[in-house]
Amino acid sequence: MFDSLSDRLERISTRLRGKGRISEADLDEALGDIRTALLEADVELTVARRFCDGIRLRVSAEALSRSLTPGQQVIRAVHEELVGVLGGESLKISYASRPPTVVLLWWKQQGRNPILVGADLQRPAAVEQLRVLGGQAGVTVFSEATDPVAVARAGVEEARRLGKDICIIDTAGRLTIDADLMEEIRGISATVEPHYTFLVIDAMIGQDAVATAKAFHETLALDAVILSKLDGDARGGAALSVKGVVGKPIAFASTGERLGDFDLFHPDRMADRILGMGDVLSLIEQADRTMDRDEVAQGAARLMQGQFTLDDFLSQLRQVKKMGSLGGLMKLIPGMSKEMRQAAGQIDDGEVARVEAIVCSMTPDERGDVSLLDGSRRSRIARGSGTTVPEVNALLKQFKEMQKMMKGMASGNMPNIPGMGAMGGLGGLGGRAGRKLAAQGAGAGAADFDMLSQLMGDSGDFPTDASPFPGLPAPGAPRPMVSGNKGTKKKKKGGRVTPPKNR
Amino acid sequence: MTALLIALGVVIVVVVLAALVLRARARRTPGPPLGAPPSPPATVERPPPEPESALAPPAPVLAPEPVLAPEPETGPPTYRSRLGNVRGIFSGAVSALRGGKVDAATWESLEEALIRADVGVHTTDVLLKGLRARVDAREISGGDDILAALGDEIRALLDVPYSRQLRFDGLPDTVDVWLVVGVNGVGKTTTIGKLARQQSAAGRSVLLAAGDTFRAAAADQLGMWAERSGVEIVRGAEGGDPSAVVFDAVQRAAARGNDLVLADTAGRLHTKLNLIEELKKIRRIADRGPGSVTEVLLVLDATTGQNALAQAKQFTEAVEVTGIVLTKLDGTAKGGIVVAVQRELGLPVKVVGLGEGPDDLVAFDPDAFVDALLGLD
Repeated sequence: MFDSLSDRLERISTRLRGKGRISEADLDEALGDIRTALLEADVELTVARRFCDGIRLRVSAEALSRSLTPGQQVIRAVHEELVGVLGGESLKISYASRPPTVVLLWWKQQGRNPILVGADLQRPAAVEQLRVLGGQAGVTVFSEATDPVAVARAGVEEARRLGKDICIIDTAGRLTIDADLMEEIRGISATVEPHYTFLVIDAMIGQDAVATAKAFHETLALDAVILSKLDGDARGGAALSVKGVVGKPIAFASTGERLGDFDLFHPDRMADRILGMGDVLSLIEQADRTMDRDEVAQGAARLMQGQFTLDDFLSQLRQVKKMGSLGGLMKLIPGMSKEMRQAAGQIDDGEVARVEAIVCSMTPDERGDVSLLDGSRRSRIARGSGTTVPEVNALLKQFKEMQKMMKGMASGNMPNIPGMGAMGGLGGLGGRAGRKLAAQGAGAGAADFDMLSQLMGDSGDFPTDASPFPGLPAPGAPRPMVSGNKGTKKKKKGGRVTPPKNR
Repeated sequence: MTALLIALGVVIVVVVLAALVLRARARRTPGPPLGAPPSPPATVERPPPEPESALAPPAPVLAPEPVLAPEPETGPPTYRSRLGNVRGIFSGAVSALRGGKVDAATWESLEEALIRADVGVHTTDVLLKGLRARVDAREISGGDDILAALGDEIRALLDVPYSRQLRFDGLPDTVDVWLVVGVNGVGKTTTIGKLARQQSAAGRSVLLAAGDTFRAAAADQLGMWAERSGVEIVRGAEGGDPSAVVFDAVQRAAARGNDLVLADTAGRLHTKLNLIEELKKIRRIADRGPGSVTEVLLVLDATTGQNALAQAKQFTEAVEVTGIVLTKLDGTAKGGIVVAVQRELGLPVKVVGLGEGPDDLVAFDPDAFVDALLGLD
């Protein structure tokens, strides 16, 4: 329906491609796009503006020292700003007031002994609802038909009498302009002097989020916010708005109607959600944290020589496994087609173990030469790995495809990767990497993380079929360089002039 | 399996490429030898913390003086009398235009007013583009004209060729069924309660169907409304099949001669496919036999932002929504998203909820809505 922020960022990145640095006009245009995307995610206008100002600051501060491409600079600035605004302190909790009923299960799990106080005497059957929920969760519910303030006071006393250590008071929903009700909630708050006051905000809320949060904050001095309905498709820009304006952390997120669908709020996940993007940077960080560089590099070298065997496949597979869930990794790769991304969501990591088992059930000879695998060997492998012959066949077929692809890469052509669609994010990536590395000659140039991220960030721009791959240098191995690319050491990198690194 | 393998291949290739680049760097920098713990991932030094002012709360959005509680109502409220409470909150931005000249600041404040009212970026752009063209063509000039023209354009977007009346056929031997749908917590049950009261006051014989069998005590809530307005209610077992409840209600209405069944449904997010399927089934069942679904009302909360469009789209695709009920319009939220909903989906707002009282459900008044949207008096 809407362009996600990531789509827009990708477009910005495309537009800024080939520019050495960002001009004021480029930045203005980029920020305009970002602002639109934020507003479409229901970030409040003032917050969106301030957010864009923050990005402007970051970008201009970075422009001097960073070797990122302009597009990458902007993307990175957005990401950092987002995490910066959303993140921050977390909340340690022991006691609370103002809704919701679901909290309590979480507290029960934490080994506490809560009591619920139903002070919503406004809505018909609200106390009934609370009683039912309390029953489901096995928690005492207290209420009486007096007035909300009295109920709250009595509830706290009851809690003390019963030796409960947490007393959760549910209050009636109210609009902030209703002076009477706001006075009433102030009265409740003054009477029971809650240790914590939570405001429950719907993830779907629009520009009104700020007015609501502010009004409650002024009346009650909130401690934290609980974000509900995060299981929908709302981008939840409200999280950003509330955090930006009230400055209080979001403590919990509710992701469904069942009692268990409730957990601590993770700012990083929310940042991803608002961005809706594949996150190149964390992919790279993840890779750097977990990969055994030597092993991966060896695999890369063999790959470039066109000798990618199942052994290499297995070792790469294990490296990948270390990096986290495959579906999660796929989502981090930009330029992925929508279908691929969807498919990525359904990948079961248990399947990876099956693949591993299949390869492990082969003899070393078989791993080196797939053509040995005849019917009887395949059925042996299937039995040994607890899989079926069709599964083994599928793996082999796919492996052959992969081998072909790798050979193609080594010989300078980037074939289409199935499932990557016309976007061919990876193809583009390969092409880009190839060009870049070739231009730098034998990796002598400023290849590093930033460069990788820029390669990947720009990946969507390159048509798959038209990407030549003029020899990717294979580090630490005989280099299958295409002649003519040697000695380009001194050659200036074309198009984009990146300042030297000064890390 | 194939998808998995493809994914594996892709990830492996990416990792291999990453390795190449890392390796290249490692060779270049004399720093940590290979095998040493990897250097920390690329981080960017944060610029020094921005001055506190950058994160200070924005200019207050609320009017400084406390809003007075409404006077005790005598008779049903009118749209305007309720909206009067919140009027003036944003009026500063737009009212300043009156009599003024048109410049960049004018456009900015108009845009701001629209976006703050949740009209959405796209619809705002469309509205203002038309307006700009007219200003450029010198058709209109001056703040007053522009405000008037903008109001007209929004009204034009909201205009419907047919009535905003709730459709009631009242044919012999059939029972009109109004189905009320929406996401959680928007006020479906309350809306039904108010509708029941109004419709029975209008002389129709109403039967309520407590189709929300999921939420704890939802049927009790509706039961209290039924009691208040003196109508009957058909309830099912908690956790039971909502279609069955609606079916029973229709059968019973037909047998007892009720004209109208108001069917409540459990709140559901439009993204939950199974629940949407359940809703489709409810609609199918309600349309069967003596029942005839004449209204499917989607309840939207005025505080909802751009997601309301997604909601309206999904619900319309699933159960052919015939009209919108905009609730909680008596707060500070303007519900501007309904402009986009009507523009893109042609779904008219039929009634609005203006409070928690039994009579606080009134017909939609586009003029008052637009004035409130723009913060005009």
